Order: sequence, then C-alpha cells, then structure tokens
Amino acid sequence: MTLWFVFALMTVAAIFAVLWPLSRGRPAGTDGSEAVVYRDQLAEIDRDMAAGIISAAEAGAAKVEISRRLLAASDQEQHEVPVQSNLKLRRMAATLGLVGLPVVAAGFYLALGSPQLGDFPLAARSRAADANQPLTNLVAQVEAHLEKNPTDGRGWSVLAPVLSRLGRYDDAVRAYRNAITYAGDNADRRADLGEALIGTAGGVVTAEAKAEFERAIAQDADDAKANYFLGLAAEQDGRKADAAAIWQKMLATGPGDAPWRPLVQAALVRVGGVSAPALPDGAVAAAKDMSEADRNTMIRGMVDRLATRLKQNGDDVEGWLRLVRAYLVMGERDKAMSAVADARQAVASNAERLRQLNDGLKNLGLDG
Amino acid sequence: MIAESGHYALVLALGLALIQSTVPLLGARWRDAALMNVARSTALAQLLFVAASFVALVTLHVTSDFSVVNVYENSHSLKPLIYKITGVWGNHEGSMLLWVSILALFGGLVAAFGNNLPLSLRAHVLAVQAWIASAFYLFILITSNPFLRIANPPIEGRDLNPVLQDIGLAVHPPMLYLGYVGFSISFSFAVAALLEGRIDAAWARWVRPWTLMAWIFLTLGIAMGSYWAYYELGWGGWWFWDPVENASLMPWLAGTALLHSALVMEKRNALKVWTILLSILTFSLSLLGTFLVRSGVLTSVHAFATDPTRGVFILLILCVFIGGSLTLYAWRASALKQGGLFAPISREGALVLNNLFLTTACATVFIGTLYPLALEVLTGEKISVGAPFFNLTFAPLFVPLLIAVPFGPLLAWKRGDLLGAAQRLMAAGIAAFAAIAVAWAWTYGGATLAPIAIGLAVFVIAGALCDLAERVGLFRIPLSISLRRARGLPRATWGTMFAHAGLGVALIGIVCETTWNSEYIGAMKPDDVASVAGYQLRLDGMTPRQGPNYREMVAQFTVSLDGRRISVMTPSKRNFTTRGASTTEAALLTRGASQLYISLGDTAADGAIAVRIYHKPLVLLIWWGPVLMAFGGLLSLSDRRLRVGAPKPAQAARALQAAE
Repeated sequence: MTLWFVFALMTVAAIFAVLWPLSRGRPAGTDGSEAVVYRDQLAEIDRDMAAGIISAAEAGAAKVEISRRLLAASDQEQHEVPVQSNLKLRRMAATLGLVGLPVVAAGFYLALGSPQLGDFPLAARSRAADANQPLTNLVAQVEAHLEKNPTDGRGWSVLAPVLSRLGRYDDAVRAYRNAITYAGDNADRRADLGEALIGTAGGVVTAEAKAEFERAIAQDADDAKANYFLGLAAEQDGRKADAAAIWQKMLATGPGDAPWRPLVQAALVRVGGVSAPALPDGAVAAAKDMSEADRNTMIRGMVDRLATRLKQNGDDVEGWLRLVRAYLVMGERDKAMSAVADARQAVASNAERLRQLNDGLKNLGLDG
Repeated sequence: MIAESGHYALVLALGLALIQSTVPLLGARWRDAALMNVARSTALAQLLFVAASFVALVTLHVTSDFSVVNVYENSHSLKPLIYKITGVWGNHEGSMLLWVSILALFGGLVAAFGNNLPLSLRAHVLAVQAWIASAFYLFILITSNPFLRIANPPIEGRDLNPVLQDIGLAVHPPMLYLGYVGFSISFSFAVAALLEGRIDAAWARWVRPWTLMAWIFLTLGIAMGSYWAYYELGWGGWWFWDPVENASLMPWLAGTALLHSALVMEKRNALKVWTILLSILTFSLSLLGTFLVRSGVLTSVHAFATDPTRGVFILLILCVFIGGSLTLYAWRASALKQGGLFAPISREGALVLNNLFLTTACATVFIGTLYPLALEVLTGEKISVGAPFFNLTFAPLFVPLLIAVPFGPLLAWKRGDLLGAAQRLMAAGIAAFAAIAVAWAWTYGGATLAPIAIGLAVFVIAGALCDLAERVGLFRIPLSISLRRARGLPRATWGTMFAHAGLGVALIGIVCETTWNSEYIGAMKPDDVASVAGYQLRLDGMTPRQGPNYREMVAQFTVSLDGRRISVMTPSKRNFTTRGASTTEAALLTRGASQLYISLGDTAADGAIAVRIYHKPLVLLIWWGPVLMAFGGLLSLSDRRLRVGAPKPAQAARALQAAE
C-alpha cells in the first residue's frame, strides 16, 4: 500500500512540474538577449583599454565592429513577434501533463516493474540452518560461513573433501589451498589438493598437480597417494620405466595390507613393469579387471564425454580449456587445435567468455 | 520498495522528457512564454527523478539486495563499500543510468543557470536535450533495465569483474561521461541554432563555458583511464590504440577543435557554420563512442556488455541523431549568416589550421577504428589495425600542428604578421635547438628522432612562455610593471599558456617513455637479483594473503641503487574466488617523474615466478601534461569576462609596411 502511495506522490510532483509554469503569466524579465551580450562586450573593451591590454587604435576598431553588430541585433529584436500567450495551447499542454504523463508512466511501469516484490537487503535475510536441507544447501552454508571467516582452517579442511566428492573440483582446489594456509601444511593435504587439481583437468596430471605431489613427497616421502599419482604422471608423460620404478618402490616399502596395493599392482602391470611378485590368484584377477578398465581408456572415455558434452552446450569456457589441456597432455596436438577452433566458435558471441578463453589458452601456451 | 521506487522514478523521468521534448517547441513556434518555460521546470524535475533513481540503485548495491538482477550479477556482499558503490557503474545497466543522470544534470544546469539565454533559445536547447534523454531512457527501460527483479533472490552475488575492483573505477567513468555527455550541450545549442535559423557571437558566448567544461572532464577522464590501464592491466603500456580508447580520443580531438573554433566565433564572429558542424560532429563521436563500447561490437577489455538487441537499439539512436542533425545542417546551414572576414595569416587563420589538423587527425583515428569493423561486416575478414598504422598517420599530422601551436597566440586578429611572430619566437627556437643538442649528446648513438621530438616539445613549452613574456613585456619594460601587467592579464591567457605547455610536457613524457624504456623479463626465484636501469631488485620472497573477497600472492622486492637500499615494492597476483578470475596488481615506485614498475606473471613448477620489471623514464609527464591542460581549461573557465578579439586596424598595418 505504501508503495502505491509513494508512486502517487511522485506522479503528483511530476505533474506539478509541468503545470506550474503554465499557471503563471509572463515571468519576470530575466531572459537575456543578444544586445545585452554586445553591450557587455563594449564595456569589456573599455576595461581592456584601461588595463593596457589593447591599444587605443585596436579598441576603436573593435568598437566599430561590435557596434555594427549591436545595431543589427537591436534592429532584429524590434522585428520579432512579441511574446504572447495562447490559452488553447496551454490547455493542451496541461492536459498532456495531467493525462499523458500518468498514462505513459503507468504503462511502462506495469509492463516492466514488479510491484509485488519488496526489498531484500542482505542484512534482513535469515540464514538459519535447517536440518532437512539437502547436502548442497549445507555446503552453501558452510561456504557462506567461510566467506565471512576465511581464516577458519578446520572449516576448510572439512569442506574440501565434500566438494571433491560433489565434483566441484575448482572449489575443492580453493578449499584445500585455504586449508593448507590456515590449518597447516602437510603431505596429506598437498596430495589431496593434487588429486582435486587432477579432477579439474579431467583426469590428467597437470604440471600444477605434479608440483603439489612433489611438495607432499618433500614432507613425507612415503605418502601413498602422492607417490601413486607421481607414477601416473610419469606414465602419462610416456616415461613408463620411471612410472614402474616409482610403483615398484611403493610396493616394496609399503605395508603388506595397504588398501592401495591392488591398484598399484594393476598399474604396474599396465606399464609393463616387472610383474608383481607372487600374487595370489584373486589379486591377479583384480589386476586383470583393472587392465580392462585401463586407466588410459578411462581417461580417454572421460575426455570423450567432455567433448560430447561441450558439443551440445558450448558455453562452458572452463570445460573447453580442460579439454584442450587434456588433448595437449595426451600429445594429440591436432585434436587440441581443432578443439580450440570449436571453442572459439562456440563462445564467439560472448565477449566476456571469449576473453576468458583467450586468457586460458594463453596460459596453456597456445597463442592466437 | 527502494527498487520499485527507483524504477518508477526512471519511468516518470521518461514521461517528463517526452513532454520537455515537445511542449517547449510548440511554445517557441507560437511565441508563448509559459509553454517555453515548461522546458525549465521539467528539466529540473527530470534531474530530480533520475537522481532519485540513481540513488536508489546505489542503495540497492550498498545493502546487497540480490533480488535485483543487476545487483546479483555485479555485486557481492563481501566487497568493500567503495567497490559496492563504484560497482553501480561498473556494469552495463548501471553505467547507462549514470550516463542519463549526467545528461539530466547538464539539462538541469542549463535550466537553472541559463537565465541569460534568450527564452526561445533556452526552450529549443532543452527540447533537443530531452530528445536525447528520451531515446536513452527508452533504451535503458527496454533493453538494459537495472531494476529488473528476481522473485527468489539468491543468497550471494556473482561479484564485480575483478579488473574493475579498483579505485580507478570510482573516477574514470564518471569523468569520461561528464566529458562525453557535456558535449551534448553544445550539440543541443547547435541544433537549436539550426532550428531557429539564427546564430551570432552571442551564441558562442553561451556555448563556450559548456564546451570548455566538457573538454576539461574528457581530458582528465582520458588521462585517468590511461593511467588506470597502465597500473592495473599489468602490461606497462599506457595507450594501446584500442578501439575503446580511440572512441574517447575522437570526441576529444573534435572537441579541442570545437573549443578553438568557438573562440574564433565568440571573439570575431567568424567560422560560424563550421562551429555548428563541429558541435554536431563532436557529440556524434561521443555517441559513437558509447555505441562502440556498449553494443559489444568490439571485443576488448571494456566489452563487458554483449547483447545484440542493445547493439541494434544504440545503432538506431546513433542513426537518428547523427543522420538527423547532419540532414538538418545540410538543410539549414546555408540560411545562416556568414561571419566576419579575415586574412589567411591571422589568428583566425592559425585557428583554422589547427582545426584542419585536428579534424584530419580525428578522421584518421576514425578510419583506423572503424575500417576493421566495416571490413568484417562486409567480407567477414578479421584484420586488426594497431599502433603501426596510428603511429604512421597520427604522428605526421601532429608534428606540424605542434610546430604551429606557439605561432597562433602571437598572431594578431584579422591580419597577422608571420615574420614578426617568428622573431618573437626566436627564444623558443633557440631553447628547442639547445634541447636537441643536449638530448643528442646525452644519448649519442641512440635513437635519432627522439632528440628532435624532445626539441619540438621544448619549442611548444617555450613558445607558450614566450607568448606570455611578450604580453607582459618582460625584459622590455621594468620588471615591476611587467609583474603588474601579468596580474592584470585575463585568466584565459594564463589558461592558454598552461594548456599549450601541457601539450609539450605530455610529448616529452611520451618520447622518453617509448624511447628509453628499459625492461627485464624473466623467471625469478627468492633471493634472485634483477638489475634494470641501474637499480637492483632483489626478490625477498612470496607470501600468500587473504583479502576481503580474494586471495593474493604477494611478492616482496627490495630495490636498491648502487648498493643503497631505497624502498620495498610488493606486486601481487590476486585470485577472486567468486568469478574464478585473477588480476595482476603491479607495484609502482615513483622516482621524480620516472617510475619503476613490477608486474608478476605465472608461477613455474620449480617455484620460480615470471616477473616483468620496467624502468620508465619521465613516464609521469604523460599524465601531468593533460592535468596541466585541464588546469589551463579550468583557469579559462573561471574567467567570467567576455571575450573580445580586437582586430588589427588595417591602416596601422599599412603604415608598418611603409616604415620597413
């Protein structure tokens, strides 16, 4: 109700601005004319001459010129139609203000406005938690809390794995980074961060991820996750012998009942390293299973899925960059270049995205 | 309620603008004072409502009301207060609202302080102003409405583009818009004159302050934008001939020409028709600038708006206003009285020369900016016209202009004496040659053109001083009388001196920065030392830090000169979490007018970080020059006296020749 009252007041004020001059007769004679300007100019010349800025001869010439213009101007003013008042026109203008203005305003506002919506200033909105909320809402709340208290290291370390599991790798990377900053640096967190980075790259061990694993190893040489992924990095780089060496060392020094043993053994078989020593039948079978779901195929599958998804919906700049990066890491430069071309086409209509894309490509070392 | 009231205020402003654009014209046609006065009250009311609307949007941004799409898309509750406010015009919708607010402000100023204008001229001017305003209100309401709502508001906004989260955004766009939109006043005056079929020296007297004001703001706005790009984008460059920069340079060049031709018109009643054309062209170029930036036809750092309907709408506005005003010009200009006569060598002649060079330079920039676009539209071929084109075309046009600058003020009105002016500039010429010789000796074996360019700059500065010395009779009459004369000089004369000298100062900065700029680009690890231009910069280390809405990696450099520690510089890379974007915060160290500049690149796997270090000699002069120019403009604006150009009497000239 108040809203409509305010609208009405505003409309009245606007109409008043139109009607007020119409209601008055001839205003006080404030309007200037050309003759006034010329007369001022003549006075100015006298002052300039007195100040010694121009000589008497120059002043004389200028005065002649201006006087000539002054005469012409006053002559013209006398011929002009005097200002008059036209009642019919004034009535018309008044009607325009009284009727036209509210009609135009209401027409536009009702078509565009949302009078039913009140204000929602952030301070007035409740952030109370609800037990029945789905996981994403809880995550959002934790995130909101962390945005306000960004130095809460424990919060970040709780949030990070959840984000990773939800597939929000980019956010997980940030969360792990913050956890490292505020809750302390350790090998586990570095390795987890590296894993999340691999997630953002669609399964490819990027240089950035590798750097994290190396930092983890620097703190704890036996960190299983970091060692495994460093091996995988070597494999993806085509250095199978290095990969095999890393994994063999893991198997040799790691505890016998470690849960990661089958995975590492399978990987070792894949790179054609020395086959795992005296495996029980079950483990061989498991390794066989893993061979079928070969990691390379798996990556390829992920990349292909990404490519298909981007074909359907090309707005995802991050996705395109991830695809290009994946092709580059897999050594398929041709495919990478064609993905670049596709990406450019897909986001060409959006300047902001195009810029992001170009920046990203520059970071990947692909210029122009 | 704030959002909806703001929206309604904007709609009411449109209604008032529609009335303001018609009723006063009827009044002028039938000579009815009351109808003509409607223009005044509606212009003031319009200003009131647009201001209310703008304040409403600012309030929404400050209170983070994410039920408004514009706030949701461009704000974030954690953003510092200043960026919440500047973020209002850091996006397309808000910046258009700022545009019309400034337009309404100028309209309101004419209405409030235009008492000395003839009634019908004021009515015409305000009506034309309202046409422009109506077009832009419609554009905002229909295609870029900042007050659209979301029924289920999200809890957090998407944050402002990180590049824009800088103090530069608080100053640069408002300044630039004050300049762009300020030229709408001279446009309205020009169209009003064409409609009335009357133009005279008095017209120029009323137009000049508005043009001057717009020019001052545009000068400062461009300089500020250039400095902002220099320190924020991290490339160390200050002018890229980017289409958006060109879009602001074109109105500036045309506006500078307009300023000078309006001077001729006010003082000597000449060049009237040309001044009208320049007024129209200047504002047309401002509109074109708005179109280029806002329609998204360009992909550049400024193109944060892309939407075809907007582009088409602005193009339509552009066609109607530019096409309409030029048609009106073609139709009515012949009916205007021609002005006074003058000899080719005279102050008027010098100003015509100035106008020719400035408009040609403007046309060059115009072609360089629009040709690639036109080619892409016609053939689909993408080409880019960059610095080489502009350096080859713009510079040759500016060199003769700069040589001519000191001569202009020394020539007499109506008929001048070029030889006499040259004699009086002898001191400036000697100073210029001395400067060339010194620069040459200093940089022996270096660039050839640079010392000559510096000589030219010194010539411009010394020429401006010569003019002043000449006027106060320095060294010819006792010093005390000279000083008294200097005090008695019109402030406009001082303004001319400062503005012209500013040109030379900026040129020195440009030449020094481009010629003797030294740089170091490489990867550095902690404790590495880079040396640039005699300075040693040691990378002490890198530390992460959490900002209000970003994380940053701060590198600390210790700067020393000849083993003596001078200062510490801390460039950083900021990562904005909400948008997932990062910015480079360059560190600047000012030494006199020179600067050291450090910008960080990417971190390599081995912990080294790519670093770009520049030493830019006298770089600050590039921006002090425009500031001097603007100061000169301000002095001239503060001079309330009338401008009368006393002609040189013909007889006296003949007598002088006889004596020789």
